[in-house]
Amino acid sequence: MRARPKPAVLIALAALGTALWNFPMLAVWDEASTILGLPALPVALFAIWAGLIVALAWVSEREK
Amino acid sequence: MIAAPVVLAVSGGYLALLFAIAAFADRRAAEGRSVIASPWVYALSLGAYCTAWTYFGSVGRAASGGIWFLPIYLGPTLAMILAWLVVRKMIRVAREYRITSIADFIASRYGKSPGLAALVTLITVVGIVPYIALQLKAVSSGYRLLTGGADEVGLAWWQDGALFVALALAAFTVVFGTRHLDTAERHEGMVAAIATESVVKLVAFLAVGAFVTWGLFSGVGDIWTRAAAVPDLAHLLRLGGADGATAFGYADWFALTLVAALSVLLLPRQFQLLVVECVDERHLRRAAWLFPAYLFAINLFVLPLAIGGRLLLGPDSDAETFVLSLPMSQGVTALTLFAYVGGLSAATGMLIVETVAVSTMVCNDLVMPALLRLPGFGARAGGDLTRLLLGIRRVAILGVLLLGYLYFQIAGDAYALVSIGLISFAAVAQFAPALLGGIYWRGGTRAGAVGGLVGGFAVWIWTLMLPSVAKSGWIDAGFLTRGPFGIAALAPESLFGLTGLDPLTHALFWSLSLNLCLYVGLSLLREPSGREASQALLFVDVFERGGAEAPVFWRGRARLDDLRRLANRLLGEARAQAVFDEHAREAGTGSAARGLADARLVDRVERQLAGAIGSASARVMVASVAQEERLGVEDVIEILDEASQVRAYARALEEASAELRAANEALKSLDQMKDDFMSSVTHELRTPLTSIRALSELMLDTPEMDDDQRAEFLGIIVAESERLGRLVNQVLDMAKIESGMAEWHSEALDLRALILAAVKSTSELFRSRGATVEMALPDAATFVRADPDRLTQVMVNLLSNAAKFVPDGAGRVEVSLREEPGALVVAVRDNGPGVPEADQAGIFEKFRQGGDALTRPAGTGLGLPISRRIVEHLGGEMWLESESGGGACFAFRLPLQPGGEVDDEGADR
Repeated sequence: MRARPKPAVLIALAALGTALWNFPMLAVWDEASTILGLPALPVALFAIWAGLIVALAWVSEREK
Repeated sequence: MIAAPVVLAVSGGYLALLFAIAAFADRRAAEGRSVIASPWVYALSLGAYCTAWTYFGSVGRAASGGIWFLPIYLGPTLAMILAWLVVRKMIRVAREYRITSIADFIASRYGKSPGLAALVTLITVVGIVPYIALQLKAVSSGYRLLTGGADEVGLAWWQDGALFVALALAAFTVVFGTRHLDTAERHEGMVAAIATESVVKLVAFLAVGAFVTWGLFSGVGDIWTRAAAVPDLAHLLRLGGADGATAFGYADWFALTLVAALSVLLLPRQFQLLVVECVDERHLRRAAWLFPAYLFAINLFVLPLAIGGRLLLGPDSDAETFVLSLPMSQGVTALTLFAYVGGLSAATGMLIVETVAVSTMVCNDLVMPALLRLPGFGARAGGDLTRLLLGIRRVAILGVLLLGYLYFQIAGDAYALVSIGLISFAAVAQFAPALLGGIYWRGGTRAGAVGGLVGGFAVWIWTLMLPSVAKSGWIDAGFLTRGPFGIAALAPESLFGLTGLDPLTHALFWSLSLNLCLYVGLSLLREPSGREASQALLFVDVFERGGAEAPVFWRGRARLDDLRRLANRLLGEARAQAVFDEHAREAGTGSAARGLADARLVDRVERQLAGAIGSASARVMVASVAQEERLGVEDVIEILDEASQVRAYARALEEASAELRAANEALKSLDQMKDDFMSSVTHELRTPLTSIRALSELMLDTPEMDDDQRAEFLGIIVAESERLGRLVNQVLDMAKIESGMAEWHSEALDLRALILAAVKSTSELFRSRGATVEMALPDAATFVRADPDRLTQVMVNLLSNAAKFVPDGAGRVEVSLREEPGALVVAVRDNGPGVPEADQAGIFEKFRQGGDALTRPAGTGLGLPISRRIVEHLGGEMWLESESGGGACFAFRLPLQPGGEVDDEGADR
């Protein structure tokens, strides 16, 4: 039996995503340096994205 | 350059494949073996969000703006995180009240208002037609690029591939979007085709991405290293580009994310796929993260393609066609064709669902209400309307697609792809306050919703639509900067002097602000009407009030025949019959006998009609065949009270019947116990009686029996008689104690002395079994107030029990007396086999003797129950401590009398 995702967890996750993808956190990701040879800003945005999806999947699929 | 016939053949083949898949899925649906009933297909179908705009436009945007293509996908990801909360509610509402479009949803929420439904439909059509044109443009320009037709100017309209695509799609949509009239408005074949298209476009895009990244470059790192050396590209992936982070439009970024988050719920095709086509709301849980994962995957190669394209094809090349031009420039024909098919699938997926959704709205919310007002079409007219309904939908589909084509022909080259998409996004974002407010806020009213929509839409036209028209050169663009009639404060792109935002953010800010203010303000200004209040309750509390026990907000008289005729006309006879049958099954036929329909039946028919013609039209139709009472807010509250009373009664009834059931069970088990008791007693009586009788007869029949023999028999007879007497006494004893008739002589007694006496009186028993008795008693006398005879009876019973169960010759019985605060505890422990766990619970019940029936020692099975009753009567308790195999220990506790009088009295004696 899978547990129902808790509303508070989902709202917190959405709020976290909004915060990480907007001012002023965007400025934090905007680094001149590269990560594994890739520009920092898009890598950070995609990494946050992947993190949110994994977290949402975990919240949605975990067993009771 | 690829020959035109090849491109046409591949496109045609692809569309044929879609037809085949859709036909297969429709057939499976008819057989009841749905192929789309899976969260994976559901999530893939949501991929229709990614249109040609994503497929071609994202790369274009990334090539010029770096990360600016992303908010369009980040917004939906954030929205989907909340899908389980918001979308699930929308799905439940739509399912519960047979809502089939976004116009219907909003109209139904605000009292099933036909005007509101028409307004939402109009906004949708105006807002979406450019978006449809955009898809056709993508297909057309892709075709021209592939066939090298881009150089030829002035192609005649009938030589244009876009028209054929539009017509082919119209055919597909007519076939699979309006095959039959389904009151749930679900199209399995279409959804299967859309899910397939999502796979095709994803694979195609990834293939091109992989080809460019690893075929033309040696990995993403290589692309970036080379780009970093180009001054133009070096700053592309920083905030604000070459101008530095201070130039970054944070507000624009946020606005873009917000408008995308709203669009993923509110675009007609998204609403159709997300809400209307949803097979099972539980699928949403998995789709909520699968769909963002899909968006993530399809965006992975956007930046490599954009930057790689600019490196290879130069800064002046058209970045919006990189997906095609990159593989084509390398001469890989197969991949180019595949990329084109991917773009085609992105465009057609959007076109198909969008036209189905929009045509449903146009039919139900614009055409039907107008038709039903005509004298020949009114509710009381005859004739089956289902074919007409389907006909209208088909014409609407063709109309919407041709309208899109027309727009594309007129305005196709006027404005960049991305801008057109965003204009549509901003238009549907106007639905957000009315729709989202409507499912969470009971106070929203029709006036608020209409006001908000009209205000927001007007601002949208003024600040976004008109400027785009002006920029296309059709009207004088002077008012953009100077404002109308020279009033600078009203300049469309800097309303009231607000500057520093891009046009979309500017328009979104003003339109949504005004929309929200009017929605809330007008809603608060006037109390909702009865119908608005009742619909608000049904929507906001759908999880609490939905289902079979939902209150029915309808009062009036409706003749059954009228209702049936209406249903026949709009649903077809078979479906109508099914609705009435279902109602008869659930509710019985009590009211139907008098030729009048009850409120629940009227409600049921109205919901089914809503599925076919929209809730607003359904309301009008039902109202026209019934004499209805107009409901005020008080009536709504009254109905609600009745419903909750009915619920409360039902719950009380359930509880009462559960109690009755429990009492009945208890009685039954008591009855069973009485029967068991009777049979046990008679059995116990019969055994000694049998032997007495047998021996007596023997002696009677054999007078010559010698005296020794006779004496032995007589001894047995006497012993058996004694046993019989004991048994009868015990039964009487038990009965007396149980009925409270027993006599009790309470006095202070020395428990220690009583135990010693009991052990002494049973010592012969122990000696005969070769058992020893150990005693652990206090040194001094211990007084307690009790009935000495009864207590002796208890002690003797426990001791003789122990004697019976100890092993022969090696028995050891331990009797202990200890004082606890306020009580005395007596325990008799033996080293016998103990009591098996299964028997422990019942050991104190009548005739439940320990051990199995064959091997246990003789006994009446009444000793322990009587002992327990006696101890309980004296205010104490008796229990068993036993581990199977480790001996049994029966113990009881007697409370000490409060105060010291007993001790004194006892000491005096």
